[in-house]
Amino acid sequence: MSQKILIQRYKAGERINHWLVALSFILAALSGLAFFHPGFFWLANLFGGGAWARILHPFFGVVLFLFFIVWVVRVWKYNRVIAADWQWAKHMGDILRNRTDNLPEIGKYNLGQKYLTRTLLLAILLLLASGILIWQPWFAPEFSIDWRKKAVLVHAFSAFVALLCFIVHVYAAYWTRGSIQAMTRGTVTAAWAKHHCAAWYREMMSKN
Amino acid sequence: MALQSLDIKARSATTTPSPGVRAAVTEVVKLIDISKCIGCKACQVACMEWNDLRDAVGTTTGIYDNPRDLSAQSWTVMRFSEVEVETGRLEWLIRKDGCMHCADPGCLKSCPAPGAIIQYTNGIVDFHEENCIGCGYCIIGCPFDIPRLSKQDGKVYKCTLCSDRVAVGLEPACVKTCPTGAIVFGSREDMVHHAEGRLADLKERGFQKAGLYNPSGVGGTHVMYVLQHADQPELYHGLPKDPGISPEIILWKGISKTVMNIGLGAAILAGLFHYVTQGPNEVKEEEEEQQQ
Repeated sequence: MSQKILIQRYKAGERINHWLVALSFILAALSGLAFFHPGFFWLANLFGGGAWARILHPFFGVVLFLFFIVWVVRVWKYNRVIAADWQWAKHMGDILRNRTDNLPEIGKYNLGQKYLTRTLLLAILLLLASGILIWQPWFAPEFSIDWRKKAVLVHAFSAFVALLCFIVHVYAAYWTRGSIQAMTRGTVTAAWAKHHCAAWYREMMSKN
Repeated sequence: MALQSLDIKARSATTTPSPGVRAAVTEVVKLIDISKCIGCKACQVACMEWNDLRDAVGTTTGIYDNPRDLSAQSWTVMRFSEVEVETGRLEWLIRKDGCMHCADPGCLKSCPAPGAIIQYTNGIVDFHEENCIGCGYCIIGCPFDIPRLSKQDGKVYKCTLCSDRVAVGLEPACVKTCPTGAIVFGSREDMVHHAEGRLADLKERGFQKAGLYNPSGVGGTHVMYVLQHADQPELYHGLPKDPGISPEIILWKGISKTVMNIGLGAAILAGLFHYVTQGPNEVKEEEEEQQQ
């Protein structure tokens, strides 16, 4: 089999950034789920027990926030919603059935990815803000109990939204063959780029 | 604190039933008659002595409350309120503040650590600090603002109703020491009966609004007050008139978690079923070959 032509999608720095976000998200999610519902409390054992999970969880969250912000800044220019995105979204039924010929040409990210970034950004900002309100023993005592009652609700709901985003993101990467190597090796095949992100493909081709 | 000689009615963050085959024991109540309290703070001292608590020496701030607030080292504090219910008639209302041992405890509902908060069948709500993870959720869940997080060990503490004494047939330390008999302890039935006698006496003496504070919003409490002005519990250093677990806590620990758990499970199943029915989204071989 002959060598496939590869296009670089993520540089090393971007890949490291992504995996730092992924790692801190997974650590924050696993430790946070332990307090989300008693059915998940066993996850606290992964961190050395309930008290350790509680101590570590907010630090995982802050690390996640910092790396995610860096990530968003890096990819924001590719995340502006354009008219073609809405045309693309009209074919959602076909896309979900893998009938992906004759789709409108879109850029580096599709509308789903763009809204995933936005939703995660909002969820992580809410998690950070509400998390500070309930962070024991450092910040929580500074806030009234009434505020903290609202914060735990916002925190749980934002975590739910972030977890949904995570599930969708991981599944979409697995479902769309050839995507994962973009984040592990940095490259996609030219055919992949043309198939999924035709406008970005042409942009990359014209650069070279 | 942990003591395993009392039967358990409910445990925090536990979804299976508590051991319950033994016949229910008598529910206990500590009755605090505010009309008999002289504010001597002997109960505070007894509490410190029995529980080996030594709070840091505080500062005088011009009021009698000392220490100024509950803490991990002060599980009960006398709250002094100077009020004029009738103009020109000063009353000094002294309320022994501390855990109310709610029948429907907001702390227990909020706690995410299995077995960190225990409700015994006799009604005592006890913290088992060895299981406490220090998240402070019980502080948010309590309708009476009672639990306090220790800076020393990151665990939360409050009145145990001397569960260790009650387990061996003794009354709580504060009850034993009270010099005026303002604090009494016994079965719920006996305490309600005792309170009725006190209320009849108070009403005869002109306190027409005297009543028993046993708020139904938290399912009743295992610490009850005889109040001279039961129509205005707020007079007693802001004792809530109609306490209950707040709607945020009920939503947070109730239906929302169930819905969100189902939502997460459904999302994972949707991905699985999508994949096994639709298969992967692949770039065709011809497309790859065209590019070469």
